[in-house]
Amino acid sequence: MNNVLEAYQSRPRRWWKTLLVTIIVAIILAWSGSSIEFEGIASKGSEVAYGIVHGIANPDLDLLFGTKNTDVPYLLLETVAIAFLGTIFGGILAVPFSFLASGNIVPKPVAFVVRALILLIRTIPSLVWALVWIRVTGPGAFCGVVTQSICSIGMISKMYITAIEDLDTRILESMDAAGLTAFQKIRYGVLPQLTANFTSTIIYRFDINIKDATTLGIVGAGGIGASLVQCISSRRWSMVGAFLCGMIVLMLVIEFASTRIRRRLAHG
Amino acid sequence: MALRKKTGATEAREKLFDRVFKPQEMLLPNGHSVMRPRSRLPLIWGVILIAIAWALWFTGFDVSILIERGYQFGVILKRVFTPDMSYLDKVWSPLFDTIKMSVIGSVLGSTLALPFAVLASTNINKSRGVVAVLRVVLNIVRTLPTLVIASIFALIFGLGTFAGTVAITVFTFGIVAKMLYESIETIDMGPFEAMESLGANKFRAFWSACFPQILPTYLSQCLYSFEINVRAAAILGYVGAGGLGILINERIGWRDYESLGTVLLTLFVVVLIIENLSQYLRSKLS
Repeated sequence: MNNVLEAYQSRPRRWWKTLLVTIIVAIILAWSGSSIEFEGIASKGSEVAYGIVHGIANPDLDLLFGTKNTDVPYLLLETVAIAFLGTIFGGILAVPFSFLASGNIVPKPVAFVVRALILLIRTIPSLVWALVWIRVTGPGAFCGVVTQSICSIGMISKMYITAIEDLDTRILESMDAAGLTAFQKIRYGVLPQLTANFTSTIIYRFDINIKDATTLGIVGAGGIGASLVQCISSRRWSMVGAFLCGMIVLMLVIEFASTRIRRRLAHG
Repeated sequence: MALRKKTGATEAREKLFDRVFKPQEMLLPNGHSVMRPRSRLPLIWGVILIAIAWALWFTGFDVSILIERGYQFGVILKRVFTPDMSYLDKVWSPLFDTIKMSVIGSVLGSTLALPFAVLASTNINKSRGVVAVLRVVLNIVRTLPTLVIASIFALIFGLGTFAGTVAITVFTFGIVAKMLYESIETIDMGPFEAMESLGANKFRAFWSACFPQILPTYLSQCLYSFEINVRAAAILGYVGAGGLGILINERIGWRDYESLGTVLLTLFVVVLIIENLSQYLRSKLS
């Protein structure tokens, strides 16, 4: 009992460290809080809030279940198509990038340069990519596909690289010893180690891309975003409600499916 | 019960597949024969290829446009990569706004997430109904894109950084709460039960026995969300919620790609610094 008490009393007390962290956090918070001012609710703010709640409770059913190409199902389908193609292309484009950025495949300086490039792709917001690509492709779903193909490279290759650097090279050495050709080494030594991981990454990114595709529409890159933001700014709340309901259902379904598939991939 | 039903369903599906594509019979050297089910890969690939073809047609994908007009992208990129440094003076204020918005948003969002995550974890909260309702709410919050949240709040609170801060708070709340309840469910409940049997109430028991276990994970999740938020906050200005997005939108509108390059360069540097700092702190935490 005494030992316990002694150990408790002689526990390391780093109060100065706690104090330091607290002070730093307090300074950062004070600095950040300085420019964010609550200027009260805008003149029609409460009306907007009520409109949104009301709209989600009473969505425009014609819009929600219609079949025209301005109705929710069509736009959701377009969003899925954009995200699907964007993810597939991004996943393919990311392969060369990630092999070139893996320290155990190429020399370190090359890997470093390619890594910086990947970071650059990742930092530029997808909205900016979309705005730039629109100049090339014109507005529409096509622009969304191209944008997402480029944007996806960043995160997908980041996760590919981890998988590649974890490769078990002893298998390749034993294949060398057994006299396999380079092609056979890739087919039987590298691919089986990577496919499950790569597939899981791609499905995860698809999940993110669906979310992203809805926002890309805001700048005119196809999908549901454009109509949604138009309805928000023109305050047609029942239409906003219909779009939001459709989007929420789609995303919940996709997320549920992707989590299940990835769990099966991870546990065989 | 539910589990058995599920496995039953998958078995039935596999049997249907095996009925259509008969398993291959293989004769082993010792005279026994085994059935080798056909690979499912060709079917999966077939479905994916059909889906790709459909999506290509549906989105109007056209390689010839890319080849014909792709050089334009190069032209823009070249101008972006020769940033106009004289524009830097105008970048500072929105840049700091963006950082401030994400700091406050991350702090508020992750503080709010804590009680909700505790209530949404099955090992602490025994009433299943509350857990289910909370999880549905959290899922819905997470599905809403930040930009949509921001454009709604910009209408409610007026244009400016406050709307952006609220949008980031909501977004952070969604992701941190989800990550947190998942990690709360993996903690060791022994100390919690010991304290409860000693007579501590639930809150005391959680505070002294569970909170120290999740604190490092929680802080690391907050930092991670902060990393994401800086990038997310940068575009919020596009819908009028303050920060760099206003400049980005304006510069692209005026086709002033050199200044856009300056904005993106500062963003790149800031993200680089914040990511490295937060990764360093997170490695210290674990």
